[in-house]
Amino acid sequence: MEPLTDHTGRVLPLRRSDVDTDQIIPSRFCRRLTKTGYADGLFARWREADDFVLNDPARAGGSVLVAGPNFATGSSREHAVWALRDWGIAAVLAPSFGDIFRRNALKNGLLAVQLPDAVVSGLLDAADRDPGFLVTVDLVACEVRWDGGRQAFEVDPRARRLLLDGQDDIAVTLADGDRIAAYERGRPHWLPVFGAARAG
Amino acid sequence: MSEPRTLVEKIWDAHRIPSGSDGPDLLYVDAHLVHEATSAQAFDGLRLAGRKVRRPDLTLAVEDHNVPTDSLSITDPISVEQVARLRGNCAEHGIELFPHGDARQGIVHVVGPELGAIQPGMTVVCGDSHTSTHGAFGALAFGVGTSDVEHVLATQTLPMPRPRTMAVEFTGTLPPDVTAKDLMLALLAEIGANGARGHVLEYRGAAIRGLSMESRMTLCNLSIEAGARAGMVAPDEVTFEYLATRPRRPAGTDWDEALAHWSTLHTDPGAVFDRTVTLEVGALSPVVTWGTNPGQAVPLSQAVPDPARFTDAAERAAARRALEYMALEPGTRMRDIEVDTVFLGSCTNGRIEDLRAAAAVLRGRVLAPSVRMLVVPGSMQVRDQAEREGLHEVFRAAGAEWRLSGCSMCLGMNADRLSGPRRCASTSNRNYEGRQGDTARTHLVSPAVAAATAVAGRLAAPADLS
Repeated sequence: MEPLTDHTGRVLPLRRSDVDTDQIIPSRFCRRLTKTGYADGLFARWREADDFVLNDPARAGGSVLVAGPNFATGSSREHAVWALRDWGIAAVLAPSFGDIFRRNALKNGLLAVQLPDAVVSGLLDAADRDPGFLVTVDLVACEVRWDGGRQAFEVDPRARRLLLDGQDDIAVTLADGDRIAAYERGRPHWLPVFGAARAG
Repeated sequence: MSEPRTLVEKIWDAHRIPSGSDGPDLLYVDAHLVHEATSAQAFDGLRLAGRKVRRPDLTLAVEDHNVPTDSLSITDPISVEQVARLRGNCAEHGIELFPHGDARQGIVHVVGPELGAIQPGMTVVCGDSHTSTHGAFGALAFGVGTSDVEHVLATQTLPMPRPRTMAVEFTGTLPPDVTAKDLMLALLAEIGANGARGHVLEYRGAAIRGLSMESRMTLCNLSIEAGARAGMVAPDEVTFEYLATRPRRPAGTDWDEALAHWSTLHTDPGAVFDRTVTLEVGALSPVVTWGTNPGQAVPLSQAVPDPARFTDAAERAAARRALEYMALEPGTRMRDIEVDTVFLGSCTNGRIEDLRAAAAVLRGRVLAPSVRMLVVPGSMQVRDQAEREGLHEVFRAAGAEWRLSGCSMCLGMNADRLSGPRRCASTSNRNYEGRQGDTARTHLVSPAVAAATAVAGRLAAPADLS
C-alpha cells in the first residue's frame, strides 16, 4: 500500500446513530468475489431518498463522513469499507464504531477516527451550515483539524505505523514466524485438526 | 502466576505470542472457520502475494451464506460462482470442506460445535460476526473481516490488543417460559445495541448453569448484538457431557488430559472485570423487538414505546425512525401486531432444541391462513435428528415449509428474501432495516414465540393459544 499520512476533504454529515453495516452495504451487493466495485451498493436503500446526504449536489465529492455513535455496527462484512472507499470516502469520524469495522477500515486505509461526542456534534453543525466545510485528518500528528479548531485522537499504534509506512500487515507478522513456530510446538497434541491431518 | 485471572485472561495468556517488534501481541488461532461469502478475496490476496495457508489442518470450510434451502442443486449464477471458488480454494490448499449437499453441511456456527471441534479454552475465528456463538464452550471466539481472514490463513495469528472484560451476572431463577433468546433480548434492551462495545463478555450466574449447550450458544451468539467482541460461558459438566459423544472430541487418554485442562477454565475468585452488569431474571417474560436494532425490545406483554419518552436525544431520533420503518404506532400492544411470515432458523436459533421447542407448540395445530412459515434447520445433522424425532411431520402438518440447511432468511443474501413490506417474526439475530428484504419488517423472537405467532397470525406466546 502507498504510505498514508493525512487527508483533507469536505464533510458529509450523517446525523444518525447505530448505522449498521447492512445499511452501509445491503447483503445483496456483497456477493461479488472482488475487493472493488462496491460504490453502487453504498447506502443503497437510503440513497433512494432524494434528501439523503450522498444525493446532495452541493456536497458532491465530499470525502469525510461524519456520523453518530456506534457507526458500522453489526455484520463483519469488509464490503462496508470497500464500498465507502470506492465511493471516494477517505475518513469516517464518529463518537464510536463497531469494533470489527474499525479494524477492517484501518486495514484498508480508511481512517476511522473516534472523536468526543461534542466534537462530532460541532462538526455536524458546521457542515450543515457550510457544504464546503473542510476537515483534515492527520495520522502523523494524530489530530483532526478544521478552521478554528483541532482535536487529538487515538488510533491503534500498529495500524498507524503500517499506514504511515505503507507496510504489508501480513509481512510484518510473518517476520515473527519463528516465534509462531515455537508456539506451535508447545500446543497440546489433543487439540482438534481438520481434513487429511485427522487420518494421519 | 497466582494472580487471580478471569476466564478470558487465561485463554488470552495461553495463546499470546509476544511480537518481536514493538507491536501488540499475536493471538494464536486454534480453529479458523471459513465460508463462501467472505473468503474469496482473502484467498486471492494470498495468491497475489505468493503465500500459502499456514495451517490448513486448523481450517474448516462450509457453504452456508449463499446456498438455496429448497434444493440440493444451486442454480443462482452468483451462488454457483461463489461456491465454485470456495471449492477450488479448499482443494488447492488442502482445506476440509462441507459443501452444499453434504450430510455434515450447515451454518458454520452450528456445524463446528456439533462436530465437537470447538472445545473449551480454544481460540476460534471466522469471517462472520456471529462467531461469538462458540464462546458457549468457554472458547474465545470472535468475528473478523476479510483482511483478517487472509491474515489468519497466512499466519494462523492475529495481532490484537488485549480486550477489556465485562461480567454479565444473571441473578435469580429463570422462569420456565423464558428462553436464552428472551434473556439476551432483555439484556440488549437494558444495555443497548452498543452497551458492551470493545469488551469480551462472560455470562455468569446460576441461571446460566441451568442452560443447555444449545441455549448457551444462543446466548453467546447474540453477544455481538450488544457490540461485544465476544461472549463466553465457563465450561462445566453440561459442556463436557455435550462434547463426550461428539465425533471430534479428544479420545481415550487424550480426553482425560483435555478434561483436566478444561476444568481449570473458570474465572478465579477475586479476579477483576473491567465492567460488571447485573440482570435479575426471575421476573422476565418472553421478549420481542419493536424496532430496527436488537436493543429495541420489550416484553411481549407490553406495547410499542413512545419515542417521546426516551430521554436520550439520539435514542429518541432512532426510535422515531424505527417506528416509521416498522409502520408501528406508539401504544400498540405487541400482541396486536399481525405478521405474515415466520422464520425459524439461523445460527441463533436453528438447533435441535429450538426445533423441538417450536414443534411442541405446533403439534396438533395449524398456521393462521395468512402466515407462511419457513423452518430451516441449522445444519443437515440437525435436520436429520429432527426427522428421526418426527418433528418435520409436525411442521408439515401445521403447514410450515421444511427446508434444507443454510443461513437462509436471516440475512437476505440468498434466495430466501422477503419481497415487499412483509412483516416477519424471526428467530434470527438482526432486525435491521432491509435485512430480510428491501422493505421487510422484522420482529426478533424466540422459537416458542415464533411458533405461537405462526398459529395466531400475530405476535403471541404459547400460553396465548389454547
